[in-house]
Amino acid sequence: MNDTPTFQLDGASVPFEPGQTVMQAALSAGHYIPHLCYHPEFKPHGSCKLCTVKVGGRTAASCTMPAETGLEVESDIDEINALRRTLVQMLFAEGNHFCPSCEKSGNCMLQALGYDLEVHTAGFRHLYPDRPLDASHPDILLDFNRCILCELCVRASSEVDGKNVFALAGRGITKHLIVNAKSGLLADTDIELADKAMQVCPVGVILKKRVGFSVPIGERRYDKRPISEQALDDAPRAPAGARHE
Amino acid sequence: MDSEVNPHAAYLDRILDRYGCAATNLLQILREAQEQNGYIHPDAIDYLIVKLRIPRARIEGVASFYSFLHLKPHGEFRVLFSDNITDRMLGSIELMHKMCRQLWVEPGKMSEDGLVSIGTTSCTGMCDQGPAMLVNGRTITRLTHQRVQEIGQLIRNRTPLADWPADFFRVHDNIRRKGLLLDNKLAPGDALCAALVLGTQNIAETIKTSGLRGRGGAGFPTGLKWEACRNAADTNRHVVCNADEGEPGTFKDRVLLTSHADLVFEGMTLCALAVGAQQGFLYLRGEYRYLLEPLQAVLQRRREAKLLGKNILGHAGFDFDIAIHLGAGAYICGEESALIESLEGERGVPRNRPPFPVTHGYLQQPTALDNVETFCQAALAIHMGAESYRAIGTAKSTGSKLISVSGDCPRPGIYEYPFGVTVREVLQDCGAVNTRAVQISGPSGICVSVHEFNRKLGFEDLPTAGAFMVFDDSRDMFEVARNFVHFFAHESCGFCTPCRVGTSMLKQTMDKIAEGHGTKHDLSEVENLDHVLQTGSHCGLGRTACNPILHTLKHFRPAYETRLKSLDFEPAFDLDGALARARQMTGRDDAGAHIEAEKS
Repeated sequence: MNDTPTFQLDGASVPFEPGQTVMQAALSAGHYIPHLCYHPEFKPHGSCKLCTVKVGGRTAASCTMPAETGLEVESDIDEINALRRTLVQMLFAEGNHFCPSCEKSGNCMLQALGYDLEVHTAGFRHLYPDRPLDASHPDILLDFNRCILCELCVRASSEVDGKNVFALAGRGITKHLIVNAKSGLLADTDIELADKAMQVCPVGVILKKRVGFSVPIGERRYDKRPISEQALDDAPRAPAGARHE
Repeated sequence: MDSEVNPHAAYLDRILDRYGCAATNLLQILREAQEQNGYIHPDAIDYLIVKLRIPRARIEGVASFYSFLHLKPHGEFRVLFSDNITDRMLGSIELMHKMCRQLWVEPGKMSEDGLVSIGTTSCTGMCDQGPAMLVNGRTITRLTHQRVQEIGQLIRNRTPLADWPADFFRVHDNIRRKGLLLDNKLAPGDALCAALVLGTQNIAETIKTSGLRGRGGAGFPTGLKWEACRNAADTNRHVVCNADEGEPGTFKDRVLLTSHADLVFEGMTLCALAVGAQQGFLYLRGEYRYLLEPLQAVLQRRREAKLLGKNILGHAGFDFDIAIHLGAGAYICGEESALIESLEGERGVPRNRPPFPVTHGYLQQPTALDNVETFCQAALAIHMGAESYRAIGTAKSTGSKLISVSGDCPRPGIYEYPFGVTVREVLQDCGAVNTRAVQISGPSGICVSVHEFNRKLGFEDLPTAGAFMVFDDSRDMFEVARNFVHFFAHESCGFCTPCRVGTSMLKQTMDKIAEGHGTKHDLSEVENLDHVLQTGSHCGLGRTACNPILHTLKHFRPAYETRLKSLDFEPAFDLDGALARARQMTGRDDAGAHIEAEKS
C-alpha cells in the first residue's frame, strides 16, 4: 500500500494508478471536481474546462492532466470557482436554455452545476442562436437549443455503439451537433433507443419522446441533492472500504 | 447501386487515386473535389463515404470546419476581400461595398442568379501590396477602384479566371533589406553536403550550439526539438514544415517560399537526416494556393538532382521525400498540434499535450515540426557552422529575423535584421513618420507605443513571428483592436468553452462600445473575460485573444473612453437598434422611427 503514488488535492492526499488523470484519480478516491464533458466511461478530452484546477500556479483541465506524484492541486478555491461560474454563464448564454419549460429540468447537469456553483446572474448578453429542433424520429427528439457541445453523444455513439450517429460541424461559435444522414435528420440514421448515445446527454438535447414528465419536477435527481454530492455515485470506485463516506 | 451511376465518380476516382484512397488525406481530397463544382456536392460525399469507409458526418464535420470549403453552392465566382486591419486602412471595405453595389449582391451572400458571392476573409498575407482579395482561391493584389470595377465586369461577363489579366495576380516579393538569409549564395545541396560531412549524429548538436530558436514565434530551441524527435522510440518519423502563415500582418514565409524554396526544402531534408525521418510534409496555407505548382516544380527538380528520394546525394539509406498539403482557411492550423490534425484529414482542433508532437505527432509518430524560416536558418547554420552563426544576433536570439513590415509607411515589405534591432530602426528604414503604435507579431502579439520604440526585437524583449504593422497618428487604435477581436472570434476553433464563447463575448463588447453604448462596466468586463480566457483556454489562441484590447487600453485609453457613455451601466439591448428591421420593412427612416429622436 505504501508504494501507491499520491498527489495533493486541496490538502488531501489522493492515491492514483499510473495512467490515471487527476480527475480519474480524484473521483475514484471520493473527491469531487466539477465537470460536464467528462464521463468515466469515455476517453477524456477536456473541452468544457469546468474541471480546471490550479497546479503550481498554472491552470489545467484536470480530466486530461496526467496524475503525477507530488502534484499540489487546488480545486475548491475562490479563483477557480469564479472561473467555473463564468464558464457556466457562458454555456447558458451560448445556447437557448429556458429551465422552466425544459423537460430535463431537475435532471440537467448544467442546471445543477449552476445551482451548486451559485450562479445567480446571467452575466452575459445571450446569443439566442437559431437552432431548429429535429423531431423527425418517431421515438426521439433532438432539441439542439440546449446543446453544450460536450461531445458525450459523439463519443458514446462511436466508442460504444460503433455507429457515429453524431458529429460536430462548423467552427468557433457556429460549431454545432449534426447527425449522420444525407437528409440531416435523425430519422434517417441508425440510432436506437438502447444506444449508449441515448443515455449520456448531460442536458436536454437527446430526449426520448412521450416520457418527459413521468417523474414530476421537484422529485428529480438534482432536486433532491446537489450535484456535488451525487457525481461520485457515477464514478468507478475502489471496491473495498478504502474510502470513508 | 447509387455509386455505380454516381456522376461524380470519374473525377473523384482520379483524386482518390492520387491520394491513395486514404482518409488521412480527406482535407486534400475535399479541396480538390471542390475545385470541380465550386462546392462539395452531396452526391460526391455519397461516393466518398463508400470509398474512404468513413461516416458522412465526419466528412461534413471536416468540410464545415474550414472557411474555404463549402457544402452548398457559393457562387460561380467566390470573392473574398482580405480583412486585415492593413487592408482596411487601404480602403478594402469601401471597395467591397462598391463591388457589391456593382454586382447587386449583399456582403456574405450569393447573388440570386448564383453567379457571385462577396465576403471577407482573414488576412491573406498580402499586407505589403493590399488591399487584396481571393477569387475562387486565387490571390489578387493592389486593388483600386478601377481594378475592382474591371473585376466586376469580368465576373458579370463570366470570363474564366484563366483569361483575366495576369497583372492582377502578380505578387511582388518587396524585399527591402537583406541579411544572411535573403543574401545567401547557397546552391541546392550545399547545406546537405555540409551536413553529411558533419555526420548525421552531429546535426542536432550543431543546431543546439548555434542557439537557433523557432521562428514561428514561440522560440523553442530547434536543436532540442530535433534531438528529442531522434531519440523517440518509434522509428517512423516525420518532418513537417509549418507554412500556414496565418498571423495577420505576416508574409515573410510567402517570400521565402517564392524565392528561397530550395533553402526551405534543404532545411527540411537535413532535419530528416538529423532525426531519421523518411516522410516530410509542407503544410501550405490555402491562401497561398498559387504557390503550389511552383513549389511542386522545385520538389521535382530536387528529386532529379538526387536531393530528394532514395539514397540522397548517393548516401545509402538516406531516403526522404516531401509532399505538399494545402490548408483551407483556418488560422488555428498554424498551432502545431492542430496542423497535425489537419494533415491527418481532421478538423483542426489543437490536441491535449502531453504527449508532444516530437514523440506523438503525425499518425502518433515522432514529428519534427518547424516554421518555414526556421528550416532556412537551420540550413544556413549548418553550412556556416554553429560558432559563426551564433556570433550574429544577441545572446539568447541568435541569427537573423525576417520582419514583415506593413501599414503606415512608404516602403512596406520584407526586412531582414540580426536579432536585437530596435523598433525605431525598423521604422526609420521603412520611412514611417508620425508613428503612433506598432503591432509586433500580429494580433496575438504586443502593441508598442512611442515611448517603447527603443525596445528590441528578440526573445529577450519583443519576441516576434515577424509581423510589424505600423499605425500613424491618424489611426484610431480602438478600431485596430476591434478588427483583431473580430479576427479571433472568427478563427476560434470552438473546441473549448472559454475561447468559443469568450471571443464572441469580446466581439460583442467591442461592437457595443463602437456603437456608442459602452460603459465603464464593459471595460471591467473585458478584464474579467481576459482572466477567464487566459486561465481556461485550451491553446494559445484563447489565451492571447484579449491582448489587443488590453494593450490598446493600456496605451490608448482615451480612444475607448471617448466612446463610452458616462453611465456605469448600460444594457446591451439597444432599443433603437431593435427597430432597425421595422424601419427596413416599412422603408421609414424619419425621426419618428427612432427612439433617440423621440426623446429629444
